[in-house]
Amino acid sequence: MYVSVKGGETAIGHAHAWLAEARRGETALPEIDTAQIEQQLALAVDRVMAEGACADRGLAALALKQARGDSTEAAFLLRAYRTTLPRFGYSLPLDTGAMAIQRRISSTYKDLPGGQVLGPTFDYTHRLLDFALAAEGLAPAAPAEAAQGAERMPQVTAILAQEGLMAPDAPSNAEPPDLTREPLAFPANRALRLQAMARGDEGFLLGLGYSTQRGYGNAHPFVGEIRMGEVTVEIEPPELGFAIDIGDMVVTECQMVNQFAGTESAPPQFTRGYGLVVGQNERKAMAMSLVDRALRAPELGEEATSPAQSPEFVLYHCDNVESTGFVEHLKLPHYVDFQSELEKIRAIRARWFAEREA
Amino acid sequence: MIDGYNFGYLDEATKRMIRRALLKAVCIPGHQVPFGAREMPLPYGWGTGGIQVTASVLGPDDVLKVIDQGADDTTNAVSIRRFFGRVAGVATTESTPEATIIQTRHRIPETPLREGQILVYQVPMPEPLFKLEPRVAETTRLHAMAEYGLMQVKLYEDIARQGEVATSYNHPVMVNHRYLMSPSPIPAFDNPKMHMNAGLQLFGAGREKRIYAVPPYTHVQSLDFEDHPFKPVRAPYACAICGSEESYLDEVITDDRGGRMHVCSDTDYCASRPPV
Repeated sequence: MYVSVKGGETAIGHAHAWLAEARRGETALPEIDTAQIEQQLALAVDRVMAEGACADRGLAALALKQARGDSTEAAFLLRAYRTTLPRFGYSLPLDTGAMAIQRRISSTYKDLPGGQVLGPTFDYTHRLLDFALAAEGLAPAAPAEAAQGAERMPQVTAILAQEGLMAPDAPSNAEPPDLTREPLAFPANRALRLQAMARGDEGFLLGLGYSTQRGYGNAHPFVGEIRMGEVTVEIEPPELGFAIDIGDMVVTECQMVNQFAGTESAPPQFTRGYGLVVGQNERKAMAMSLVDRALRAPELGEEATSPAQSPEFVLYHCDNVESTGFVEHLKLPHYVDFQSELEKIRAIRARWFAEREA
Repeated sequence: MIDGYNFGYLDEATKRMIRRALLKAVCIPGHQVPFGAREMPLPYGWGTGGIQVTASVLGPDDVLKVIDQGADDTTNAVSIRRFFGRVAGVATTESTPEATIIQTRHRIPETPLREGQILVYQVPMPEPLFKLEPRVAETTRLHAMAEYGLMQVKLYEDIARQGEVATSYNHPVMVNHRYLMSPSPIPAFDNPKMHMNAGLQLFGAGREKRIYAVPPYTHVQSLDFEDHPFKPVRAPYACAICGSEESYLDEVITDDRGGRMHVCSDTDYCASRPPV
């Protein structure tokens, strides 16, 4: 007889118990520690932290553990936690020029003040599986430490700007928009676009950035500079009237230098595509800077014809927590609507056959 | 009730923000009001808008009913009801008349609402025109000018091609003779229940960050043509359990040889009637 979905509550309870068991895996093996995740799966933690929009490595590691390593699920956990926190204010603009550099490269100059610093990068590694890692290994030998230069590393785009070759981006003291408090509205200013992309999905931005290189959007980019390292975060509480340091965080910044033909009123010069991501994530920072530049098309008088140049397309779809929710909601029951579709298609088919018999 | 969270999960400032949006929505029936939807501990697309609306209007004395596909025992309805049990500790019910707030996905209960009851709809896509015009900036302009020709043409083309309107659910409605509105993906069968309903109907779209409302006793007209009037769709059978010939039916496959039966989608309505 008809049992339908009675017992949903029990089923959910059992499913979640199974999930907890599956998460733990084989109990003969030691349980992974969140501190191990934080240290040894650092880039996964960084990705979750950026997409979860919550700069806390410990919580991101916990989210990854709870999500069985699913980065989108982990970002969702972190977002749902973050949203319950009070918002005290916003920081002063980060001074990435004063970054404690771990990595800094430019592809537009062979050498420049501060030099090229490769840092901990996969670049130039040969992607050969290292079977020694599968065995319990000794700690790798510490690399020789370079003499720490206290030299401030000027930003490449600032060097170009000195010559007037880089179009300036007007500084603003306006209160930054916050899309976690106000819904997206269009036209979206650049601060809002960058905010959305900074917490957006790495894969989505990567694909969009790639599309601008393949003709969907008019891109002529050079990596002016990529830098990664610790920056100081400062806030200025109104009751104090001066800035206080609330901590340091690692960020990755990418500044793309792009051609611009100029207009009647603006001389030909380079324009900037900007990407900034919490943690170490160069792929995303680069993709973001490509898409940022593509989204500036209307402002620079360029024709906008491609997905990466459409603010609505990019901003409404770059959030993986929103995307995954709506895509995956299709597995919820839809039988009421499907029943309507059944009746509808039966009626339309009956008419179709009747017309052909007549 | 779970420790460490405010009554109803959301903090009071957020609830106030949502209630302001709700008031505006009630004042302009059918108009979509943007609101600062929060990230919820349930996924987008699974009822975050409805949950936020319910959380904002819920008080300790309320009696909550949650349905999905008309049924109280579908997994997502169970999950949302448990959520409010954990974060608000309110009384819950499966009875439509006993509930003060009913959160629903895809159905309007068969038992008519009375004055004072609130029906909260979970809405996936609040914009009725989105399949015809995906740009929100553009649809906002179309609503401002009450320019709904796109939708009329779409319905006309359906009729020209296949003899009838192709939408069997989420059939757009005109609210208070002014705004075109998505009724959410309820079957067209339920559309007439929205018209002059005694209850307050609130709609929450979390991912799209929009709220809209149909106040009690508001005119709601399913979009149609004089020579092709709106036709609600219902399977032409009686419920195998209660024998109802008025209620909306689910088709249940009973074997792999074409066997099937039809039963009420609204489980509370069905259970309240004597079995056949």
